[in-house]
Amino acid sequence: MSSSIISKTAVELSDGLRVGTFTATEIAQAFIARVEAVEQDVRAFISYSAEDLLQQAKASDARRAKGRSLGVFDGIPVAIKDVLAEKGKRLTCGSKMLEHFVAPYDATAIAKLREAGVLLWGRLNMDEFAMGSSTENSAYQRTCNPWDLERIPGGSSGGSAACIASAEAPISLGTDTGGSIRQPAALCGVVGMKPTYGLVSRYGLVAFASSLDQIGPFSQTVEDGAMLLQLIAGQDPLDSTSFKTKIPDYRAELSRDSGPWKLGIPKEYFGEGLSDDVRRSVENAIAFYKTRGCEIVDVSLPHTDLAVPVYYIIAPAEASSNLARYDGVRYTHRSGDAKDIQQLYLKSRAEGFGAEVKRRIILGSYVLSSGYYDAYYVRAQKVRTLIRNDFMDTFKTVDALITPTTPTPAFKAGERTSDPLAMYLCDVFTISANLAGLAAMNVPCGFSAEGLPIGFQLIGKPFEESRMLAIAHAFDKEHRYGTRRPKLGKD
Amino acid sequence: MQYTAVIGLEVHVQLKTESKMFTRVAYRYGDEPNTLTDAVVMGLPGVLPVLNLEAIRKSIQVGLLFGSRIPDVCKWDRKHYFYPDMPKNYQITQYDQPICVGGQVEIELEGASRNVMGEHKTIELTRAHLEEDVGKLTHTGGDSLVDYNRAGAPLLEIVTEPVIYTADEAFAFLTSLKLHLLYAGLADCDMEKGGLRCDANISIRPQGSTTLGTKVELKNLNSISGVRNGIEYEIKRQIRAVENGEMIVQQTRRWDAEKGVTTLMRTKEYAHDYRYFPDPDLMPVRISEEWRQELLAKLPEKPFDKQRRFISQYDLPYTLTSVLYPLPELCDFFEAAVKEHANPKLIANLVANDLLRELSNAGLTPKKSRITPAMLAGLVRLVDDGSISKQIAQDVLIEMFASGETADVIVDRKGLKQTSDTGELEAIILAVLADNPKPVEQYKAGNEKAINALKGPVMKATKGKANPNVVDELMKKLINR
Repeated sequence: MSSSIISKTAVELSDGLRVGTFTATEIAQAFIARVEAVEQDVRAFISYSAEDLLQQAKASDARRAKGRSLGVFDGIPVAIKDVLAEKGKRLTCGSKMLEHFVAPYDATAIAKLREAGVLLWGRLNMDEFAMGSSTENSAYQRTCNPWDLERIPGGSSGGSAACIASAEAPISLGTDTGGSIRQPAALCGVVGMKPTYGLVSRYGLVAFASSLDQIGPFSQTVEDGAMLLQLIAGQDPLDSTSFKTKIPDYRAELSRDSGPWKLGIPKEYFGEGLSDDVRRSVENAIAFYKTRGCEIVDVSLPHTDLAVPVYYIIAPAEASSNLARYDGVRYTHRSGDAKDIQQLYLKSRAEGFGAEVKRRIILGSYVLSSGYYDAYYVRAQKVRTLIRNDFMDTFKTVDALITPTTPTPAFKAGERTSDPLAMYLCDVFTISANLAGLAAMNVPCGFSAEGLPIGFQLIGKPFEESRMLAIAHAFDKEHRYGTRRPKLGKD
Repeated sequence: MQYTAVIGLEVHVQLKTESKMFTRVAYRYGDEPNTLTDAVVMGLPGVLPVLNLEAIRKSIQVGLLFGSRIPDVCKWDRKHYFYPDMPKNYQITQYDQPICVGGQVEIELEGASRNVMGEHKTIELTRAHLEEDVGKLTHTGGDSLVDYNRAGAPLLEIVTEPVIYTADEAFAFLTSLKLHLLYAGLADCDMEKGGLRCDANISIRPQGSTTLGTKVELKNLNSISGVRNGIEYEIKRQIRAVENGEMIVQQTRRWDAEKGVTTLMRTKEYAHDYRYFPDPDLMPVRISEEWRQELLAKLPEKPFDKQRRFISQYDLPYTLTSVLYPLPELCDFFEAAVKEHANPKLIANLVANDLLRELSNAGLTPKKSRITPAMLAGLVRLVDDGSISKQIAQDVLIEMFASGETADVIVDRKGLKQTSDTGELEAIILAVLADNPKPVEQYKAGNEKAINALKGPVMKATKGKANPNVVDELMKKLINR
């Protein structure tokens, strides 16, 4: 029973619970057993509690027995990136700085999951404060790519992607600032979606770069992702940047909107540096849409090459400000041998933060300094507008864009840790959607010659997630690459 | 050489709002330390600020009160520095697009005597911007304690142009600013509770010069008289320094009210780079003309406008109006009473002297008083129809204040009606004249004022109930008979 449970999608689990094929407790037991079997290899979780999961599952079963199910997600485990506040749980953000910090409140997204009867399942590993593309910047552990344990799972939401590929959770939440959902989803072969900036409340998401951060789902199928998005989307009075917009029934829209669509292929995303394997798989996906009657048009986004430099001004600038509060005074790591307040700040921060976080704080402080602000930050904001304009112009003629999600499949651990620039280029295809505030997602579309997952990226118009999901679903329902699982442990 | 000073003020005013600037927690002065906090105030990981609409409204009203321009858009910026009084190590403030731009505050300088109106001037404002207050540090021996109760309270920083030239002008400015804000119910401005705080930028220059000297920022001026004394001292210190051949360097100094001196805090080299940038957690605020008009309509008459109106409309003397105008509730009381009975001078007198004295002795506001404007009008009506004298009216007012009875009831019960009965008065006056031959002689000799010495005993004998006009008339008749 348990091996069949862990291979199921969220939709299948939901159906099984409804008709009584299994109980939430059986689901919880199956995933606990799975984590106990493979977690030593994958190391996706910073923390989890089997006891806590079972308790939630029992409560869910009791509700259902009384006919008071809270909906399609009642009884389904969702694993959470350790950057979203969950009341009473440690909130480390992958950092020593917050090693002992316990969140006294729920993020809005977490509160919504609770209301839907979701079983909150463990805290997932990540690059420290979501800064990184390989989850090697976690202060706690290196998460391994389930398809090849020597390789990285991508990042910063490496745990969120790996736990789906390893079947340690049916579905999970991550966050995306420059590709932190889509890139690991691509490298682990699962569906991962970054909603439009403003669709999901950021309240309780520990800020990295406030104008770029969004919460989004990881799943095996597009349908599962659409269902989870349904739970967390919507304006929140606690987040002034969340947007008032009508939330459609995403799952219903998947079958209602059947195309054919007009899809743009931006030439800037298919140039040098793109591996042959990735190019071939993405082109296959494009060919699929063509056979389904979609019109495929070549488009250009001329400011694409400016996205990475602009991102590495804006994101560190905001990060340097957002991370100023971790200072050794209140709830963070506090250095034991500080003699005055200056030393307390310097030593606590020197000891509490890892190298990549320090690098970005220094970068951000520099670009905001008086005398440099106009040349860097103000200019970067102007270019950001140009990048957005590129997309908005293109969206006048196409429904969505198809690009590769990453230039290459997963690389080996340690390969890029000494070269920050090489690491930053992992996100070359994903950063623009954050800068422009668009909807974007990874759809698994094949494997490399070495058997490593590959995905394509769909970029949709702001707040038109339903169309983007429908386009993704058209491919995904026939291929279901995200439901494939690598052999792990005693499999 | 003669030197003159140039002063600019930065005034921080805590706005009167139910909750803090960016969260629902309340702000009050004097609560147990760290009880008025929540996740947002403490800057916990993941929290976001949400604007307090009431603080925006009140800030717009401050601007409208002083004729500032309220731009269509204002925005939020982060100002960074590390200090334990700021949980986030940045303060949310407004850097280059403040909520109020320009404006003037009318001030009155001290007159030649308290009966004479002083010179009026206007002090130009540069801007006013809205921000969050910081917490409070207490240093005890080797430890420092932080109280975050004040952190996040809405704070409006009002900045003047360098157009204040004396400590007295600075004093008058703060007095007027405070009065305006109290009038409009926008702030309590209690300096002792930190509700109004003031820093001064002070420089000196040779008389006649139009260029500005090097400025010194003066902090810790925590009372209005502290502002006057601190500025006065600092001007003298700078003049003395320059006369001794020293250069004034840009610096921040602290006023020590106990010792009556200013001391150096830091020089310019230690100036912060605040790394301002727009706060990505907050959207800019759009302010429509409609909204401005709606808020403008809710503002009361300004203090000096009211004073001028009282002088012209009611023909009140300056001295009376200068007692009344700083007390808007008492002004309202006065005007309501005048509506009932049109004797503004006597009403103003009773309100500004007798009622005000009773109120402050009892620690009450006019609205809490047992005397209503209609009751006061009733009292004055009794004076005007000759039933009681002004002196008796003052006594009756005290009685009314204590018992809440109307003047009529008290006057009747105590039999205080004036006597105009000439027969009864004649006997009393004749007795008084017989007892006081000297003033009678003086009066007969042509000293008209001598008669006044005879009226006192008559009033005494009648317990103040004799109608003074009748007494005067009758007495003259009897002496001359």
